[in-house]
Amino acid sequence: MDKPKKVLLLGSGALKIGEAGEFDYSGSQAIKALKEEGIEVILVNPNIATIQTSEHLADKVYFLPVEPFFVAKIIEKERPDAIMLSFGGQTALNCGVELSRAGLLKKHNLKVLGTQIKAIEDTEDRQLFVERLAEIEVKTPRSRAVKTVVEAIDAAKEIGYPIMTRVAFALGGRGSGAVKDEAELTEKVQQALTFASQVLIEEYLNGWKEIEYEVVRDQYDNCITVCNMENFDPMGIHTGESIVVAPSQTLTNHEYHKLREIAIKVIRHLGIVGECNIQYALSPESDDYRVIEVNARLSRSSALASKATGYPLAFIAAKLSLGYGLFEIKNHITKKTMACFEPALDYVVVKMPKWDLQKFRNVSKQIGSEMKSVGEVMAIGRKFEEALQKAIRMLQIGMYGLVCNRLNIENNIDEELSRPTDMRVLIVAEALKKGYSVDRINELSGIDKWFLDKIKAIVELGSRLKKDGISKGLLLELKKYGFSDAQISFSLDKKEEEIRNIRKQLGIKPFIKQIDTLAAEYPAETNYLFLTYNASEHDIKPIGKSIIVLGSGAYKIGSSVEFDWCCVSCVLHLRELGHNTIMINFNPETVSTDYDMCDSLYFDELSFESISEIHEYEKPDGVIVSMGGQIPNNLALKLDKAGMKLLGTSAASIDQAEDRFKFSKLLDELNVDQPEWKELTTHQDTINFASQVGYPVLVRPSYVLSGAAMSVAFSNQELSEFLTKAADLSQEHPVVISKFITDAKEIEMDAVAKNGKIVVNAITEHIENAGVHSGDATIVMPPQALFFDTIKKVHQVSEKIAAHLDINGPFNIQFLAKDNQIKVIECNLRASRSFPFVSKISKINFINAATEAMLGLPISEPGSAKSTLELDYVGCKAAQFSFSRLKGADPTSNVEMTSTGEVACIGKSLEEAFMKSLLATGFKLPKQKTVLLTVGGDKNRYKILEEARILHDNGYVIYATQHTSMFLNDNGIKNTRIFKVYEKQEPDVLSFMMNGRFGLVINVPNQYKQIALDDDYKIRRCAVDFSIPLITNLQIAKLLIRSLCTLDKDKLEIKAWQEY
Amino acid sequence: MRHSKVVLEDGSFFHGFSFGFEQGVSGEVVFNTGMVGYPESFTDPSYKGQILALTYPLIGNYGVPEKSIRGGLEENFESEKIQISGLIVDEFSRNAFHWGSKKTLQAWLVENKIPAICGIDTRALTKKLREKGVMLGKIMIDGDLDFHDPNKENLVAEVSEKKIIEYGNGKKRVVLVDTGAKNNIIRCLLKRDIKVIRVPWDYDFTSLDYDGVMLSNGPGDPKMCIATINNIRKAMQIGKPIFGICLGNQLLALAAGADTYKLKYGHRSQNQPCMMQGTKRCFITSQNHGFAVDEKTLPKDWEPFFTNLNDGTNEGIKHKTKPFFSVQFHPEANPGPVDTEFLFDDFVRLL
Repeated sequence: MDKPKKVLLLGSGALKIGEAGEFDYSGSQAIKALKEEGIEVILVNPNIATIQTSEHLADKVYFLPVEPFFVAKIIEKERPDAIMLSFGGQTALNCGVELSRAGLLKKHNLKVLGTQIKAIEDTEDRQLFVERLAEIEVKTPRSRAVKTVVEAIDAAKEIGYPIMTRVAFALGGRGSGAVKDEAELTEKVQQALTFASQVLIEEYLNGWKEIEYEVVRDQYDNCITVCNMENFDPMGIHTGESIVVAPSQTLTNHEYHKLREIAIKVIRHLGIVGECNIQYALSPESDDYRVIEVNARLSRSSALASKATGYPLAFIAAKLSLGYGLFEIKNHITKKTMACFEPALDYVVVKMPKWDLQKFRNVSKQIGSEMKSVGEVMAIGRKFEEALQKAIRMLQIGMYGLVCNRLNIENNIDEELSRPTDMRVLIVAEALKKGYSVDRINELSGIDKWFLDKIKAIVELGSRLKKDGISKGLLLELKKYGFSDAQISFSLDKKEEEIRNIRKQLGIKPFIKQIDTLAAEYPAETNYLFLTYNASEHDIKPIGKSIIVLGSGAYKIGSSVEFDWCCVSCVLHLRELGHNTIMINFNPETVSTDYDMCDSLYFDELSFESISEIHEYEKPDGVIVSMGGQIPNNLALKLDKAGMKLLGTSAASIDQAEDRFKFSKLLDELNVDQPEWKELTTHQDTINFASQVGYPVLVRPSYVLSGAAMSVAFSNQELSEFLTKAADLSQEHPVVISKFITDAKEIEMDAVAKNGKIVVNAITEHIENAGVHSGDATIVMPPQALFFDTIKKVHQVSEKIAAHLDINGPFNIQFLAKDNQIKVIECNLRASRSFPFVSKISKINFINAATEAMLGLPISEPGSAKSTLELDYVGCKAAQFSFSRLKGADPTSNVEMTSTGEVACIGKSLEEAFMKSLLATGFKLPKQKTVLLTVGGDKNRYKILEEARILHDNGYVIYATQHTSMFLNDNGIKNTRIFKVYEKQEPDVLSFMMNGRFGLVINVPNQYKQIALDDDYKIRRCAVDFSIPLITNLQIAKLLIRSLCTLDKDKLEIKAWQEY
Repeated sequence: MRHSKVVLEDGSFFHGFSFGFEQGVSGEVVFNTGMVGYPESFTDPSYKGQILALTYPLIGNYGVPEKSIRGGLEENFESEKIQISGLIVDEFSRNAFHWGSKKTLQAWLVENKIPAICGIDTRALTKKLREKGVMLGKIMIDGDLDFHDPNKENLVAEVSEKKIIEYGNGKKRVVLVDTGAKNNIIRCLLKRDIKVIRVPWDYDFTSLDYDGVMLSNGPGDPKMCIATINNIRKAMQIGKPIFGICLGNQLLALAAGADTYKLKYGHRSQNQPCMMQGTKRCFITSQNHGFAVDEKTLPKDWEPFFTNLNDGTNEGIKHKTKPFFSVQFHPEANPGPVDTEFLFDDFVRLL
């Protein structure tokens, strides 16, 4: 075999809607597969929170944008002999195609491993794709590719409305959708053509079943399909928005194998080597089908298929791309059989999307052919009902299951069934409760009757429980159908504990089953496990002398790959220290749910019930709750009360930090400054407090992450509204209100303490002023603009808090700094979102230190001596927003987090690090030197005056709206006045934008105003919809302008992490 | 549903509920790991005498198609009736909604008088069979019944057609030796424009006018089929192409002078990888067999054709010079993957 010596691997960059943690999983697997062969791996990925960018995997990591400009420079520098494009999602694939088109692959004699560029183009270009499939008589939807609106209208007439539009080279179906008439079509196509060169007008197949296969092929033409999956939601709803079930449930042998055969025929014809995903529409009334699309790369579905079956698709695909045959690779689960087989499942898997739509203002809750979900959960059971109810709980949206919830559905059921929202499955249950027949729901929703019948079984059981109360027979049946103890107790108005006790007395318990790829035909050597009440024996014995690490659950806004990095780092270090590790998590997009990461993987709920059952059986030495973010953190008190041994900081201390009331009291006692605060009692009291300290005020519930229901109020009326919202969210935990301090800097302390003494720490600084959630903020390390005295104070206060709470393990404190005074605003006694960032920038693994602290071991990290303030480079972390995917969302940042991911880059100056990281989020430098400047409030305008001058001096033409324009004129800066919509005068700002007249839009809304002016919103939204670079924050605008005008993109340093 | 239980030879038992024909039954308990294809499997004559446990926990999801005979052949099933003696599943689907469904699984089982039990942890049962080997067992509703070893009977004689039946009008004539043939073998030949002459298992077909011989699948111990083996020996003398499937593979081996043996727990699934000897080609195959050819005993003018990648057992043999070959798996699929259907083309080319 002619194996390459040095391979360049492209990652997928920041997590965004449509491209998330699954590519950390696939990239990590690819690196492992290459390293096993002794191949040097160079990774390009600016996503610093990923596991693939950890020190133990690739030989060199470039925290640089995955785009041709940077990748070409890395190629010139590193001279790899091969490149891998299929492991970093659409981002890597697009980058690879562009490199190839620019002739750079040929120029550097770079071999593409696995699927070749030609095959990628055949699958990505819709017209080519249709033609290629027609060559082998495989059916695709009738369609026409168009490049103009006129052509689109023509094509639509030929096919007949309704039609579908699709956009080539777009991840997650961006710009796709059903179109009913010419007006809608015109708008959609016009928009799509701003970011794509062609749009496809297609036959409308809504209501057909949607089926996917994961297909693998080696260079000897051996093919297998690893898994097929059936969407619960029919065609018309993006597969990323659908509930997906594996294996298919409603397909006959004929249908299953017919589609399988076509899949193999297609992969052969396209010449794919490695892995691909093929999506079908299957008629619900015959065996007619269409191939909808082929993804010639690892995808979200392939990650799901890997987790659903235990077949490590990415790892195998990497090996195949090196030239191995399927028959030459071992099945890693059985370690006896080979990878050339098709997994047989003896369980059912249900994947459910996780949306976070309430975080965005103005976003429609409807789901359709564009992806809006930010994460997913995967549940495993031996009944569909069991898996479905588990999945609903895993979403952590306050539901106990499909039924028996605190939920008042007043929506119009007919409307909701035919135009589904994120509540779809709950609405189906509600409809059944209200007496809708399976047939009627099928008519309205297109969901297959088999699934509806299953939901009906759950609904009926739920009603029986309410009517008959609990008996042994019924309880056993409820458990088999996936009802949790908490769900049953809620329905009967009892405590969870009571139901749990009754259940225990009756001897009803879940059994532990293995996922073994072969349905028990061969013994499995790995502990890839789940719990089920539909069984009669355990598959495994307790692992012994173990430690449980609780994972972070579904990715959502505020909790994503960074916590997975923490969990994985912790598990790996525990193993290095000689402990058996047990991981519990249910997110299929993660590395933590790779069964070879830990000694035992429980792919199951992070609920009190599941954790207790696992704990009871495994009898571990301890449980770690501080790595997985807020979900495990919130369970700390309950687990502790149940007698489990929590490693690290005590549950009482965690509670003292999480409970806003207790924490604020503690700070008062410690004499640590904080914004004036008060616990919410009565409505009137709160209003009085606000008037007393003066608006704006901040309302904060306890035990939340990423600022859910956290809000700034500017008036009595706003405050009243927020109070209602916060009360809905948390009834168990107190809500406090505090003075919101404006114009302050925000500083964070990430640290690890042992027995109350800090052993490693890192101080970081936000670029944006306070008021932008820390998850959305641009963060710099080491701090660049802090007084020495401020830093000293941050240290002193952190030490005080660590000592008082007797912290053992990771923690994070957030401070406000203004006029050299600091105030504490938040403290979390767990690893924070920025732990991977500070660990990788400082090269001190904070998680290793935290793990040792929790175990009472001496700290081996060099950090205690080394100061993280004295680095001779700068790290800058920037947030990735997915506003372009969320129609109507207002693209601004405020106290509630809205970003979906992050990147971080390193530079020799702040400007350089910032510029790289901004580019890594997909920000495009202005194509022309025209800038729209619209800044709210004279104070803000004054602050940006200097930068406006720099812009002008550097040859930028400034356009400004009324007040900004006047202000600039007054200050002698030349600009062109442009009119807002309401002014109804030419030149009109929106038409200028749509015509691509601006290279950059800076729209800074008047600070902290929750509902910004309509016109400003339109400007921001238009910028997003027409892909014009947009900045909405004052400090960022300033830094960007300075960076733009002082840096030359061509001279940015191309250095690997290891070279800093 | 009435309480019911599965009892195995080694004394172990599993509690469940009866959902088929309400009567106890004895037989050999085997497991299959396929996830689709129960109408095809249950009507496969190779299961004669066996109680089938399915590892996939949800069975009956798409109901059962209607009976439909076309050209003398049942279209939707592999034979005209259910062949398994009993069925063991975790859950069965009470309702069926598929467009091709005529009745529910339960109705079909009851109509065919097949006992069935649900609520069984078939994974636990499978692990037992995997560790201890295939066992005799019984489904009991009330009252005990004796264990019964079907392998001591001539199962082939029970499932074989009793008279000669002809299908199709092709120019080439293939004799199908029916030792329990699945209908899809016939369909695969008809699709290639072959006239199929289906003869009883012990019929001396060598006197017929034919271009090739197809040895079918079938149940039980191949060594029971003495008459068939003798006829195959005669056919080998004649020298016209012979293609064997499953039991046909074992019978061809025995006729050639090799030996067969019983596997610990057989291969019954749709995901068995088989390497084609001397190539780098590996095929995913559908399988259903308890016996296998002992490759070591192959005479010197024979060679292995396919080998199982998982356990190294023989998956096919071929004659080094003459047009005789056979495979242990099911190239006709139904249920299962169709990747090896090209073997029919190979056979037809030889005719």
